[in-house]
Order: sequence, then structure tokens, then C-alpha cells
Amino acid sequence: MARMKFLCDADRCIECNACVTACKNEHEVPWGINRRRVVTLNDGKPGERSVSMACMHCTDAPCAAVCPVNCFYTTADAVVLHSKDICIGCGYCFYACPFGAPQYPKVGNFGSRGKMDKCTYCAGGPEPDLSTIEYEKYGSNRLAEGKLPLCAEMCSTKALLAGDGEMIAEIYKQRVIKRGYGSGAWGWKTAYRETVAI
Amino acid sequence: MRRGPTLFRTLVAAAALTVSVGALSPALAQQTKDGLNPTGQNPTAESVNEEFLFKQDPKITGRISIPDHKAANLIQPAGRDYRAFRESWLPWIGALAVLGIIALLGAFYLWRGRIRLEPNADSGKTILRFGGFERFTHWMTSSCFIILSLSGLNYIFGKRLLMPLIGADAFGVISQYAKYSHIYLAWPFMIGVALMLVLWIKDNIPNRIDWQWIKAGGGFLGKGHPHAERFNAGQKMVFWMVVGFGSAMSITGLMMIFPFALTDITGMQVMQVVHSLIGVAFIAGILAHIYIGTLGMEGAYDAMGSGQVDLGWAKDHHDLWVAKEQAKTRNDSRISPHQVPAE
Repeated sequence: MARMKFLCDADRCIECNACVTACKNEHEVPWGINRRRVVTLNDGKPGERSVSMACMHCTDAPCAAVCPVNCFYTTADAVVLHSKDICIGCGYCFYACPFGAPQYPKVGNFGSRGKMDKCTYCAGGPEPDLSTIEYEKYGSNRLAEGKLPLCAEMCSTKALLAGDGEMIAEIYKQRVIKRGYGSGAWGWKTAYRETVAI
Repeated sequence: MRRGPTLFRTLVAAAALTVSVGALSPALAQQTKDGLNPTGQNPTAESVNEEFLFKQDPKITGRISIPDHKAANLIQPAGRDYRAFRESWLPWIGALAVLGIIALLGAFYLWRGRIRLEPNADSGKTILRFGGFERFTHWMTSSCFIILSLSGLNYIFGKRLLMPLIGADAFGVISQYAKYSHIYLAWPFMIGVALMLVLWIKDNIPNRIDWQWIKAGGGFLGKGHPHAERFNAGQKMVFWMVVGFGSAMSITGLMMIFPFALTDITGMQVMQVVHSLIGVAFIAGILAHIYIGTLGMEGAYDAMGSGQVDLGWAKDHHDLWVAKEQAKTRNDSRISPHQVPAE
């Protein structure tokens, strides 16, 4: 089985936000929730870079560890998913997540934030693959159809890479060697305790 | 009139640009051949990178085009530290605090036994120790506290102790209700703590008598009954613990009920850490309070039960308070014979 990862090549990302829009549309994500977002660093200054960020599907994921009801599980592809039936919306996963991935449909309201929602790596949830109930709760399950996450698939500059960690690291490595520069695999050290060695 | 100089400046600039590009052309071609960027600049030289940004700040934050300001935070590795506290330290600290106090109280009970009423000349008569509103405040706050502590402990120990017994789905449902109870019962609890502060602060200002009480071992450890006013030093400690911990729990709890209203992600982590640490200490303190108010001392429970305590007990334990009460009302309206006439 593959070890699925995301890699955003910040030297290619043009902050078009198409990944954000594609994700929202593909999964019918409700208002106020962004499973993926683009953050611009050093905005307007020399060396500005944009990074598209979602759940990184961490190794030994902090969200899963702090969850008081153990609603998280890791698939055979190392994708970190959760059950909305068990989630109580306490918000601890957001405090533990290094990437701000968990989202809640309601803000405040005496802390009843509703069930947590986050990037599923287009892999659905615990319900049967490609079922209606799975789609309603977690969005589409492209992985079950043999496809990769839509955000990366439709990225116009191919800045966002998704797939087996070793393969996308190799692609990124070749790019860096060919063009002579690269600002690194953003978040990899924090998510996977390793980075792409070039 | 003012367009003239501007137009002239533009023409000069355009001419200069043309000349300079022409002059650079050979150099440009040279650099491209060497595999360098056509602009002659090295794009990596100025580009931001993770390592550099982490040296400036433990969080990497940028600009975001969506209204959710929290999303501007790109990476915060401190989440791992929060996780280490919550999963590696907190269960041990919590277990040590709760089980530790139970073990201590058990050992104390075995050593000292139940502190019995010592019958004397005044036994049999009663005196009103806590009025109806005082008792209402106590029981409203304490019943909320019990549910708050159980639902609070569920956040730490539920998945370790309860979940394996009843399964993930049932545990999820119970935890959902536990969370609602934790959030909604926090409000009457906070009102209760505020009322307690108003009702009892005048009797809880520490003074010299408290020091004597502590030196004499408070009647638990030592022999005899040191002087005490309405509340002895031990009870004053419970009062100030409830007020102090109660306020700290309220502030940190409100910050979590309204997440990110006043603070950022680091603040939220700190709130959760403080809330959980004070929470387990609070539970330990209240367990000791429950022990001495029920099992630990005969006659003590009546104060919060019926409100009427044995006059003999009161004279032993709160002699200065009884003297004051009796002086206040010479006709002893607060003191009534033990036999209450049938109604």
C-alpha cells in the first residue's frame, strides 16, 4: 500500500485558489468550512511564496491522539479519517493540529460547534465506499474510484502534488535539480518527521 | 501645463530602459546558457523557507483571502507539545491527583476514624448554621460541580476506561451529552460561585484566630477544639479554593465556550492546559471537602442538610461564632429546642 502525502511546491503555486474552490465543489463543503486554503507568506515583499495547505495526514497524527472519543482512524493508505458519528465537536483536534485542518460548521454558540470536518484526502469516511450517506457526511470518495485528490489533480501549475510520498518526493527532487532552486516541502518535517532531501 | 514635464520624464525613462536592456542582452544570454534564471536573479536567494521562518517565530503565519482569520496560520508545531501534555502528562497528573487524595483520605480515616460528636451540656438543642438561600447556593453549585467533574474527567479518562467497556458508538453518544452538560451546567456553576463569594466573603477573611487554629492542628490532628469563628481556617481554605479555582475555571472555560473570541491558537492551548490542571486539583480539593463534611465528621453534614446543627457541636467547633450569635439575639431566635413541634 502507498503512503499518501501532499506536497506543495511553493515556487510553483500562484495563489489561484482553484484547489480551494475545486475541493469545496467536489465535496459540497458547507459555508464557512475550507478544507483546503492557500496562505501567502511575505505577502507583497521580495521572496513572497504561497502554500496550499490542508490536512497533511500526519504520521502519528496529533488530532487522533488528543481526541477524547477516539473518532480518528488511519487507512491502509495512511490517510487520516474520522467518524462524524462519534465526534463530539470539542475542538481539541484543532488545538493539536499543526496545520489548522479541522473545521467546525458552527462557531461559538456555547461551544456546540457541530461535527468536525476536514480534508479526507478525497477518501470519504467510515461508511461503505461510494454510498450516499458517505457522500453526505464526508464528500466524494475519489480514492475508491482509483483517482487522486481533486485539488492536486486539477492544479494548473502542478504545484500541489498528491500521491505516494516517495513518488511525489522524487518528482519534487527532480524539479529542484532541474531548475536549481526550491523552498522545500512545506510542513513535511512537522507532519512526517522527515523532509525531502535534495 | 503640468503634463509637459511628466511626459518628458516618461520619455527619458523609456529611452534609458531601452539602452540598458540592449546593454544587458549579451550578459543575459550568457546567464541563460549557464542554467540561471533569465532575469539574472537567483529566485531562491530571497524566497522564504520554513527553517528561516521558524527561527523568527514558532508559528508560520501569512495572509489569507478567506474570512476565517485562524486559517492564516500555516504551521504551528506547538500542537505537538499540546498533544504531548494532553496525552502523556495529563492522564498521570489527573490520576495521581484524584486517586492520591482518595488514598490519603482513606489512610486518614483508618488512622483517625470518624470524628465523633462529643456530648456536652448543650447537646440536643440546635442552632441554625446555614439559611435556606445559603443551602440552595451550596447545593446548586455542588450538584453542577459533580456533573462538571465527571464530564470533565470523561475528556481525559473516558476513552481509556469507559470506551473499551461500552464500545465506540455508545461512548460517542454519552460523551456528546457529557459535553452539553459540561457547557450548559457551567453557567449555574459560575452563578453559584459568584453567590458564594457574596454570601460568605465577610466570614472568610483570614485573621489571627486562623493562625492559632492551624498551629493547634485544627482539631483533626491535635486534641481539643481551637477557637473558631463562623468558619475555621480549614473551611476558609475551602472557600478561597472554590472562589480561586472557580474563577480560574470560569475564565478558562468561557474562553473555550467562545473559542478564538479573545485569543489565538496558542492562547487556546494554554486555556485548555490551565483548565485541565486546575480542574483535577479542584476535584481533589472538593473530595477532601466532601469527606470531612460527611463521613469524616459526625454532625457536620447537618449544617448543609437541614441547616440546623447540634448546639453542643457548634460550641465545640465554632465557639466564637455561637457566642456572637447568642449575643446578637438574646432571645436566641436562631437556637431552637431539638424537638420540633408537629405541624
